[in-house]
Amino acid sequence: MTTMQKLLQLPANAVNIVKTVQGVAQGHEEARSPVLSPDSSHQNWYSAVQPEELRHLRTGSLGGGVGVGGAGTMAEGGDEKGSSEEGLHSAQAQPLRHDDLKEMLDSNKDSLKLEAMKRIVAMVARGKNASDLFPAVVKNVACKNIEVKKLVYVYLVRYAEEQQDLALLSISTFQRGLKDPNQLIRASALRVLSSIRVTIIVPIMMLAIKEAASDMSPYVRKTAAHAIPKLYSLDPEQKDQLIEVIEKLLADKTTLVAGSVVMAFEEVCPERIELIHKNYRKLCNLLIDVEEWGQVVIINMLTRYARTQFLNPNINESLLEEGGEKEFYASDDDEDDEEKKAEAAALAKRKPYVMDPDHRLLLRNTKPLLQSRNAAVVMAVAQLYFHLAPKAEVGVIAKALVRLLRSHSEVQYVVLQNVATMTIKRRGMFEPHLKSFYIRSTDPTQIKILKLEVLTNLASETNISTILREFQTYIKSMDKDFVAATIEAIGRCATNIGEVRDTCLNGLVQLLSNRDELVVAESVVVIKKLLQMQPEQHSEIIKHMAKLIDNIQVPMARASILWLIGEYCEHVPKIAPDVLRKMAKTFTNEEDIVKLQILNLAAKLYLTNSKQTKLLTQYVLNLAKYDQNYDIRDRARFIRQLIVPTDKSGALSKYAKKLFLALKPAPVLESPFKDRDHFQLGSLSHLLNTKAGGYQELPEWPDSAPDPSVRNVEVPEWSKCTSRKERKEKKVEKPFYSDSEGESGPTESADSESDSGSRSESDSEQTGSGSESEESVEESQSEEEEDEEEEKMKKKKKVDKSQPKKSESAESDQSSGEEQKKERKGVKQRRSGSESESEEESESESSESESGSEEDSESDTDTRKKKKTPASKPTAKDTKKESKKETKEISLLDLDDFAPTSSPQVTPVNNFLSSSLASDLEGLSLTDTVLAPTTIAPSASVRMYELLHRITGEGLGVEYCFNRQAFSPDPHMVAVQIHFTNNTSCETKNLHIEEPKLQSGMRIKEFPEIDMLPAGESVSVVMGIDFCDSTQAANFQLCTHTRKFFVSIQPPVGELMTPIFLTENEFKKEQGQLMGMNEISDKLTLGEKCQNDHSIIERVNATANLGRVPCGSDKDCR
Amino acid sequence: PTAVKMIHSLFLVNATGDIFLEKHWKSAVSRSVCDYFFEAQERATEPENVPPVIPTPHHYLISVFRHRIFFVAVIQSEVPPLFVIEFLHRVVDTFQDYFGVCTEAAIKDNVVVVYELLEEMLDNGFPLATESNILKELIKPPTILRTVVNTITGSTNVGEQLPTGQLSVVPWRRTGVKYTNNEAYFDVVEEIDAIIDKSGSTVTAEIQGVIDACVKLTGMPDLTLSFMNPRLLDDVSFHPCVRFKRWEAERILSFIPPDGNFRLLSYHVSSQNLVAIPVYVKHNITFREGSSQGRFDLTLGPKQTMGKVVESVLVSSRLPRVVLNANLSPSQGTYTFDPVTKLLTWDVGKINPQKLPSLKGSMSLQAGASKPDENPTINIQFKIPQMAVSGLKVNRLDMYGEKYKPFKGIKYMTMAGKFQVRT
Repeated sequence: MTTMQKLLQLPANAVNIVKTVQGVAQGHEEARSPVLSPDSSHQNWYSAVQPEELRHLRTGSLGGGVGVGGAGTMAEGGDEKGSSEEGLHSAQAQPLRHDDLKEMLDSNKDSLKLEAMKRIVAMVARGKNASDLFPAVVKNVACKNIEVKKLVYVYLVRYAEEQQDLALLSISTFQRGLKDPNQLIRASALRVLSSIRVTIIVPIMMLAIKEAASDMSPYVRKTAAHAIPKLYSLDPEQKDQLIEVIEKLLADKTTLVAGSVVMAFEEVCPERIELIHKNYRKLCNLLIDVEEWGQVVIINMLTRYARTQFLNPNINESLLEEGGEKEFYASDDDEDDEEKKAEAAALAKRKPYVMDPDHRLLLRNTKPLLQSRNAAVVMAVAQLYFHLAPKAEVGVIAKALVRLLRSHSEVQYVVLQNVATMTIKRRGMFEPHLKSFYIRSTDPTQIKILKLEVLTNLASETNISTILREFQTYIKSMDKDFVAATIEAIGRCATNIGEVRDTCLNGLVQLLSNRDELVVAESVVVIKKLLQMQPEQHSEIIKHMAKLIDNIQVPMARASILWLIGEYCEHVPKIAPDVLRKMAKTFTNEEDIVKLQILNLAAKLYLTNSKQTKLLTQYVLNLAKYDQNYDIRDRARFIRQLIVPTDKSGALSKYAKKLFLALKPAPVLESPFKDRDHFQLGSLSHLLNTKAGGYQELPEWPDSAPDPSVRNVEVPEWSKCTSRKERKEKKVEKPFYSDSEGESGPTESADSESDSGSRSESDSEQTGSGSESEESVEESQSEEEEDEEEEKMKKKKKVDKSQPKKSESAESDQSSGEEQKKERKGVKQRRSGSESESEEESESESSESESGSEEDSESDTDTRKKKKTPASKPTAKDTKKESKKETKEISLLDLDDFAPTSSPQVTPVNNFLSSSLASDLEGLSLTDTVLAPTTIAPSASVRMYELLHRITGEGLGVEYCFNRQAFSPDPHMVAVQIHFTNNTSCETKNLHIEEPKLQSGMRIKEFPEIDMLPAGESVSVVMGIDFCDSTQAANFQLCTHTRKFFVSIQPPVGELMTPIFLTENEFKKEQGQLMGMNEISDKLTLGEKCQNDHSIIERVNATANLGRVPCGSDKDCR
Repeated sequence: PTAVKMIHSLFLVNATGDIFLEKHWKSAVSRSVCDYFFEAQERATEPENVPPVIPTPHHYLISVFRHRIFFVAVIQSEVPPLFVIEFLHRVVDTFQDYFGVCTEAAIKDNVVVVYELLEEMLDNGFPLATESNILKELIKPPTILRTVVNTITGSTNVGEQLPTGQLSVVPWRRTGVKYTNNEAYFDVVEEIDAIIDKSGSTVTAEIQGVIDACVKLTGMPDLTLSFMNPRLLDDVSFHPCVRFKRWEAERILSFIPPDGNFRLLSYHVSSQNLVAIPVYVKHNITFREGSSQGRFDLTLGPKQTMGKVVESVLVSSRLPRVVLNANLSPSQGTYTFDPVTKLLTWDVGKINPQKLPSLKGSMSLQAGASKPDENPTINIQFKIPQMAVSGLKVNRLDMYGEKYKPFKGIKYMTMAGKFQVRT
């Protein structure tokens, strides 16, 4: 009774009625759940429910007096009182009051129809069969009432497959809908039509899709894109025709369509990668404005595309970084990798790697999406970077992924799986975030175990002690599965990091006296694996474990102990026979794995110590001979033949000793996530570690780049174009990238006025980046322009001056007309400022502003474009000096990255070390100082900080770095190298320092005055600052012959240290004094080995920062 | 022959393991597919431990667990799992937005609206309209008044007007918004995630913040929000309305807001900045070998709160299995101990710095059981109004594009996130 009541949620009275009617005889029916078997119980329920219906009808007519319909109204009445239980339940109690429903559907009143449809939908929702209502429902497909219509659609889509003939009745209605003047009705008609899975209408669907694909409304075109996979799954024969439609829609320029059509592409013809070529740049540029779900699909597709079209950006790096690499990833690099590296190195020697501008475009345009609120988008970008970006740039994804760990536990679960895979290949990336993976007692077990995996992968000589201390807390957890996993993790750390092996082993041995048997058992298993690595030193532990055999009951642990004793019986010659004796006694009661190990133990002892154990062995073998398990019988037979000498014994018995006592290689404790990255990260296949149906393999990088010109959209001569005419042409095509508002019908253009402010901005951003990429292509392809460019750059610097003002006006509200005027003034100003620009440039500009007067958003675009270019060109110039080869790439492609991003941009030459260092130092930099992108400074990977921006400095740009050399005049001072660059066209004179405002105790040693700095030149000087071991900023004035600038230098903690040489003993003594400051003293162990190595110091500094104990580490290192 | 991608079907399963709603976007999948899910549910003793992805012979089940309901999506082939998970969470958020709560009862009561929503949110298993603003134009959320009116007039929940937002360039905002009182409220809420070790020192501490907005402004307002100290924000994620480039260049939030409630920004405060931990805990929880009694002693105190009151303090801890009962006396508030789950909760209320709240007493232990190895961890929740612990401050909020003067408000709040003290 109660079960049924629960299942049906019948009100008590309803059940009573049912019961009285059904009587006791039908009682057995109650047990069957109508929820779980909807079809089987129809008939019974139908009769059972009749009286209930009567009751309802009676009340209905009493209340409303509308006959049958009244029941519906009453049910609704239940709803409004909030006690809707009743209404719903009465409907549930009458799952087959179908005549009633049919009558309601046939009535003239929309309200009755609606009520009937609501109940039918409720039935469908509960998984009840409502298919016999099909004829009654389908008649209402043309109903005027929108909600009735919608619910009819819902029903139709669900049941059309089962009632194909009747479904055809509805088709003409949809065909009519396809011609409706309202775009939304057209879209919805197509949507339902394509959802009806009836093969006979395939031609009609095909036609409808084709038509809709050229519809004026982007919304209808989007629906058409959605319909493509539907039709394809209904009839794969249509593939070729559908591909044509896809091709057409891929060329669509609206963000609305982009996501949907790529989805269709992925489902219908993911192998036709060539269809993407012409649309590649457009997709990259539209990406940021596509809706989030579409972004995921596009990014995943583009990842695959890029793998087929571009070269591996890490080819060169593997050559350059090989030294550093090895130290970091030695354990991961297997031979295959080495070979590949060698190959790659050879290749790299022949041809220096230059990233395809389109490859860069993709990386640049996806990066902002790391900031998406949608975890799927973030993951998609992260996998794209992991698979496509140069190693030095992959780091940016770590922060975003760590952020996702704050999300729902399911999100955490998936993200951690992917992080686990990433940490194996790119440990450095997540090392700074180690603490984000610490485990809380409230985490679900599956999350704990994944975090543990990540922590284990992140363990290195530097952080192992911190991690082990953390593990120690975990061992005390109440969650025993987690404790077991922790013990295994400790084992893995011990195998991977030799230095802590003994510590770990001792810790694990202590666990052997733990009260929890599971903990002991797991420890035994792990200790067994560890001991195998160096058994000679540990006979004590083996003895200890031998004693445990009396207490431990967990089979796996018992088996492990027996194996250990057998394997190392020579180390424990006295105990081993005794253990065998005990085991012989309990043999019959042991688990199978234990029995097998007893046999092994017996065999090994027999071979080494047959005098004492001969009889025992015989006894055990006899027991095993009659065991129930054939494995054990087999093993016994095998062992007997091998070790017991008989006249028949074969040639093998001579080798018995060799067979049993061969040296066994120590097991390798590997992460289950090793090599999982051959699956595209973020995919279902990666998560399950097996290929899921429909998974598209991530292709290997090609050896040589396919022709990049296939992605050119414009006429081929365009790349060389300098003529005004063609520039203009380009302009005409501008709106191409913005949302085609013009096309989207009257509703929208009405709105466009009110939201033009926002739109013009977002559009112009789009267009801006679009034109950028075009430009970059153009320039990269015409190398001879290179030299001219430098000139141009210089000239453009003049433009810089007007920039702040301009940007202000550009950014401020654009929708008010007044502002716009101002802005245009800004444009004019700038133009006058850049008169000296090359002809071509100014020409194009005037044409631009012409077109700008037609459309506001256009002029905006130009402003932005201009603004960006000058800002980035100087960067290029800086870099140029350092490495000429890089210049082209950076100057043309890193435009966006120049903006003061919080994520440090690291040039490919720098390795991970510096990127993680950079992010560590970041928090300490001055609040108002902008972190300049790392340039390749004289001593590699020294960071340059900006002291004076070239704009605020009126053309004088000043950067500084801590060159990490002793400041000879005064050993207490930190040497600061200052690098002046004169970006103006006239010379700057008398550069010197004035009025230092210092914290008490701080001292400054000024650099000698620079008499003259000619235009375009730069010079470096060294000054000394005694920061008194504090991180306070040193403020002073930097003076030229005309101006004074207030500047300040603030040192990161790490820069306050100087390396000194200590012997190991001295170091240990120092270290001893620092006990209690755990983190620092632990981490510095690395420093001791190679004090003089520059990179290591950096690393120590980086960790010292993390530790936040400046004085402590200072004392130690000074 | 062809791979059918994305979400095929959805089943809603309640805590007792009954399927109470199903929806198919393609041909119907038998609900027996959920048997694999039930199996996994049984294996994982806690609902949180049901794997979010379960492979079955012909399908994959991807599920999320919220409000004691499992939302189980049936997938037939390769699809990024996060895509599905994120979508399912969006479904739950939408239900919550529509019905106030997302319980089994609420879903059953509104089954038709639920069905209409699901129909709009996915087309052929691919997300179509997931923005709450758009959905509300398509399907009106149920209100008591509307239900009454609908009953009388026979009108419907489905919007008569076809939505425009989906077609516009500002897909998250509907057009024609009108208010008599124009107002914009922003809540800066920061949560401290921390692990404090036995001795009271911080193992790890981070600040995670969000800015939740409630914007009720007429027309198409264009807002900019700037901070006094934007560099505090180390990592941010935005509502799609925020213009990314503007943030990159100027650290200013510039956006056309959705109508109503939305999360503008989530951020993480750089871990390089030391986090001020606003409470401390003195604890002494001891079990002696061979004794059937254990001692429990806990005192809370405020620190570094900048004069603000720590309130809504709630302490919870899962005591070791051997604890049979706890006999404690709180200096303020009330405590409960559940002998089955061993969960101790102490509702403290406000912390008065003059008279620190404490909870002292004894625990009775299982006779003969040995001293437990494990130490309970103490979870603390608290709120500190009018303070953002990171020091983040909003500088100003400006509106462009509309003529009227809106009312603007900003509120700060600090809360405990995952705040754990190890003993």
